[in-house]
Amino acid sequence: MSFFLSEIISGLSMTSILLMISLGLAIIYGTTGVINMAHGEFVMIGAYTSWILQTKFGMGLIASIIPIFLITALMGFLIERLIIRHLYNRLLDTILATWGIGVLLQQIVRLTIGSELKYLKIPTYMAESTTLFGQEVSIYRIFIFLFAVAIFFLAWFIIYRTSFGMRLRAVTQNKDMASSFGINSGMVYSSTFAFGTGVAALAGAFVAPLKSISPDMGTNYIIDAFMVVVLGGVESLIGTAASSLIIGESSSFLASFSNDTLAKALVLIMIIVILRFKPQGLFTKKIRS
Amino acid sequence: MIKKKVVKLPNEKRRSFLTNSVKASVIGAAGAAFPHIWMKQGNVFAANNEIKVGVLFSLTGGLAIIEESLHKATMMAIEEINAAGGINGMKLKAIEADPASDPATFAAKARTLVIKDKCVTVFGSYTSASRKAVLPVFEKQNNLYFYPTLYEGRECSKNVIYTGAVPNQQQDEFIPYLVEKYGKRWSLIGSNYIYPKEENNYCKILLKKLGCEVLMEEYVPLGHSEFSSVVNKFKNDKPNVIFSTVVGDSVVALHKQYRAAGLNPDNMPMCSLTTSENEVAAMGGDAAAGHLTSAPYFMVHQSAENEKFVSAYKKRWGADKVTHFVSEPAYFGVYIFKQALEKIGAGDINPTSIMEACKGQELIAPQGKIRIDPDNLHTYLWPKIGICKSNGQFDIIKKTDNWLKPLPYAAYPDQTCTEKGLVQS
Repeated sequence: MSFFLSEIISGLSMTSILLMISLGLAIIYGTTGVINMAHGEFVMIGAYTSWILQTKFGMGLIASIIPIFLITALMGFLIERLIIRHLYNRLLDTILATWGIGVLLQQIVRLTIGSELKYLKIPTYMAESTTLFGQEVSIYRIFIFLFAVAIFFLAWFIIYRTSFGMRLRAVTQNKDMASSFGINSGMVYSSTFAFGTGVAALAGAFVAPLKSISPDMGTNYIIDAFMVVVLGGVESLIGTAASSLIIGESSSFLASFSNDTLAKALVLIMIIVILRFKPQGLFTKKIRS
Repeated sequence: MIKKKVVKLPNEKRRSFLTNSVKASVIGAAGAAFPHIWMKQGNVFAANNEIKVGVLFSLTGGLAIIEESLHKATMMAIEEINAAGGINGMKLKAIEADPASDPATFAAKARTLVIKDKCVTVFGSYTSASRKAVLPVFEKQNNLYFYPTLYEGRECSKNVIYTGAVPNQQQDEFIPYLVEKYGKRWSLIGSNYIYPKEENNYCKILLKKLGCEVLMEEYVPLGHSEFSSVVNKFKNDKPNVIFSTVVGDSVVALHKQYRAAGLNPDNMPMCSLTTSENEVAAMGGDAAAGHLTSAPYFMVHQSAENEKFVSAYKKRWGADKVTHFVSEPAYFGVYIFKQALEKIGAGDINPTSIMEACKGQELIAPQGKIRIDPDNLHTYLWPKIGICKSNGQFDIIKKTDNWLKPLPYAAYPDQTCTEKGLVQS
């Protein structure tokens, strides 16, 4: 029994990391239809911003949440205004442009900060482990889980319970119709992109203390993020949460019965099989066609 | 206009043919008799009184993290040699190429360095994948490659000088020490490619001789950073020693997550061959403390040469930089090259003569006196065992009394690397 419990808890930890990383991508893709290939690099930028704040300004992780979000949201806002907005409805061009932005960001970091692995500290009061349901769990992983849940509910609240969210949903359904109702669609798009970027950066800042920071860490994360979004279904927050849970828990259990390499392969096969039967993902919005 | 047509009489035609062919044969004979008209005068590799060497380390891409330091160490050695007057009055000219962490690009750049730039030797590579990619180039062109990285052995090329450690040098002292100090129940975790698999292979041979139990042998994808299930297995199995051959980012992630899960290195240490000062700086002293590494070189090693090396490196590249067990072999590899050239003296400088002159060369490297083994072109090294402290530096707890001969085929007793090549018995 304790074996199952430890695997479930590990799975939840993986779920929370996947959820935080893919939430931004799901929101951006769902609203604007932009496939953001630079999403992994936004995660990386968040990690590096956290590192800069920690080493140059001595700020702890919790204290730097708001600054990281604001700095990277501003960066996302600028990228959207300068580059992405000219490429709506041109899917292949956005993929190419965002891929280029990703490469640019990676190399800028490499040229300015350097490519050595950097050290990000887990806050001391979270660096220990504690006992939960008879299992020893790292406090920091519990914190990440709670934070992921909080961010998820924050996003849900903004989208479904605020007037901004209503405008967002209107613009998602039909951009031009929404404009004709007096909604500033351009501003909505830019704000959404900024929000998605900020969430991705926070994910990077929180995940990095458990792993390491390098200029190309984004490439691994974007693969996971896309898997989650595609499996969960576009335009669906519940879908993102559900697919994070499925992928996280199955990775954990498969890895415990075999090893991580095989687990990764089996999870991919599982996703392919599910997509064969539900190509739009697990949760899709019903559209009257 | 009347077109004038010049008609040659038959005799004239014959005469002009004869004169032209005589002219051609005279020029040809002159060329054959004085070949320097077609070829450069003297030594192709030492033209213009400078010796061209290639430097082939990734400065971009995923491997730049580590290969940048190898590039820096190599360039510093070349600069020092030139500042001291060069070799036999000739300066070294470094031709740098960036293979961007991609083995195919490694092969292409190696070809350019050897064929187009006419380098007499190339210093390069970190991963075995890149070495295997460039090996055909050096063997076909009969050029010379200095490979500074610890690797899995099982190679016997006469076109490579291997200055890094092979499994027998890294494990022959390390494994028995760990069994005696910590216990006989071992878990093996590595990245999924040839280096960890060969090291684990050799490790299992040693463990079997010592009567130990292997509880787990697992491989994670390269670059993998999510170790919660692996850490759970450690918690369940409770091994005495975790033998880790994960590389790169995975090292940092594994150590951090081990620490976050509350495991104790005093009774379940992670013992690795790949955790250097670089990785320790990235994981923080907290996550690194108490774990062990076996390597021929640590930055804290006390010797006159090492003090000189470390202070020169920090002065040249930055006070926050570290030297480690791959940058040190890169550094002394260039000095072995220098000694080989000095031995050749006024003779013909070409890759084969340099390779022959390297055989048996000895020098006092930062780690101690090293020697190039004439049989297999690997290096006699001084394995050390270090335990990491919370300040990020290693404490050297065990040193060998003598250097250890490299045996690249130690795990395969029916194969030996000799001066003639690989011999099957």
